[in-house]
Amino acid sequence: MVKINPSEITPEEIYLSRRRFMKGVGAFVASSLILAACGSPEPTPTAAPAVVTSPTVTPASPALPPLRAIADEQGADLTTYEAITNYCNFYEFTTRKDGVAELAQDFRTSPWTVQVGGLVHKPRTFGLEDLLKFTQEERVYRLRCVEAWSMVIPWVGFPIARLLTEVEPMSQAKYVRFETLYDPEQMPGQSSAFYNWPYVEGLRMDEAMNDLAILATGLYGKTLLPQNGAPLRLVVPWKYGFKSIKSIVKIDLVDEMPTSLWMAASPREYGFYANVNPEVPHPRWSQATERRIGQSSRIETLLFNGYTEEVAHLYPDLSNREWFF
Amino acid sequence: MVLLGLKWLGARWLRILVHAGGLLPLAWIAWRYSQGLFLIDPVREITAVTGRTALVLLTVMLACTPISAIFGWKQVLRVRRALGLYAFLYASLHFATFVWLDYGFDLELLVGAVLAQRYVVPGLVSGLILLALAITSTRGWQQRLGRSWKRLHRLAYLAGILAVVHFAWLVKDIRVPLRYGAVLALLLILHLPRIQAALHRARSWLRHRLTAAFPPSL
Repeated sequence: MVKINPSEITPEEIYLSRRRFMKGVGAFVASSLILAACGSPEPTPTAAPAVVTSPTVTPASPALPPLRAIADEQGADLTTYEAITNYCNFYEFTTRKDGVAELAQDFRTSPWTVQVGGLVHKPRTFGLEDLLKFTQEERVYRLRCVEAWSMVIPWVGFPIARLLTEVEPMSQAKYVRFETLYDPEQMPGQSSAFYNWPYVEGLRMDEAMNDLAILATGLYGKTLLPQNGAPLRLVVPWKYGFKSIKSIVKIDLVDEMPTSLWMAASPREYGFYANVNPEVPHPRWSQATERRIGQSSRIETLLFNGYTEEVAHLYPDLSNREWFF
Repeated sequence: MVLLGLKWLGARWLRILVHAGGLLPLAWIAWRYSQGLFLIDPVREITAVTGRTALVLLTVMLACTPISAIFGWKQVLRVRRALGLYAFLYASLHFATFVWLDYGFDLELLVGAVLAQRYVVPGLVSGLILLALAITSTRGWQQRLGRSWKRLHRLAYLAGILAVVHFAWLVKDIRVPLRYGAVLALLLILHLPRIQAALHRARSWLRHRLTAAFPPSL
């Protein structure tokens, strides 16, 4: 992991700047209103955000390790549970980030099976309970959305390499293809023909075998909520967030590069690799900086989202645009 | 008294509606803020609300002339200025959010953002047009500019189109900006001379038929 630069461990400053920021918003709103009667300029931290699905609805599975981390390896604070569970890009439900939690609350995640097949010697259908038998570990990762915002999330899950080893990949297998559940009755966004459902994503075999790539079953020590991709989702933190496919029902090992939903929807804007690189802008916007949710000022985006040490060897030629597109 | 009140309301309800519509989004932002409801991504939310409101008000303003032409409802022409000024207010707040809340007046970051993000350009140009139109929206300027005032203020359509392009270029999912684009396109089509003439014919034909069916009592 990236060395912690002492200058980056500044939790106090983050707290302070957050307060300064909220005051700034206050001044901004107040001055634009020219209204002194704006109410309390300091937001009450206890105020409930849009929708918080109560954690008691889905009790933490005993298989999941409890939350231990308070920051990522660079010293950045965890994003709040409320933000992570109420600010979600999950177009299968809606394109409104703050609308997913409500629409997804009745999503059935049990029973759930994942078909693992394709170019493997031992194809098999796993029940979620089988997948929970893999040792679940806490992994604190930064999540960098292609829309230039980011979070720090304490995932719970296991390296996908363990699952792949179990099914014994054939030597011809070059890529892993993932597929999300297709069920328009439960996922209203899928009834729109605008996108080529179901959601499909892919990784190169060596990317999938990298220890950073995990299949997550929970976060914050709790079972994953539907809005975050329950019951099983991919997390590949050195790539833009859309690569981390949610609610997976099918994993196939294949010999040709899979076409993802975003590659099909907008081939000029989204490629297969989508590795984070501040130097390579999206065709329509800059990727140089990002807004960390819960933090006031923009921060600089890091190459491979700060996971260069772990993954740079997978992409030996940094000038190859294909890897950052 | 009640009758007088109703008469007063009858003459002004459209104006009241316009001012309410113009101020409500601002009140909504202030209320959400005072309740601490902007906790997740305040910058994005405020940017979206101010931008969207500016575009809606601009579109409603541009719809006034066709509405008056089609339905013969002249009153709507008198609220165009208020609608346009409100649209300009929200465009200004939208811009302030971008340079202040989002980029903290960091000039280096801002220059980088403008250079790398083409969506900034149509947004800026649209805002500048609205600024020019807001400045020249007074009666004094209207008299000073004479006939060219009308030509100048046709730029409002360009501002609307540029705002839609700005919106479409910055989002991942272009379905929503396309809806605004479709409405604007319809409004522009209604301005084509041939369509105008057809509308005019349809209206006089309808009036003719109505007077024939219900002759005014002598």
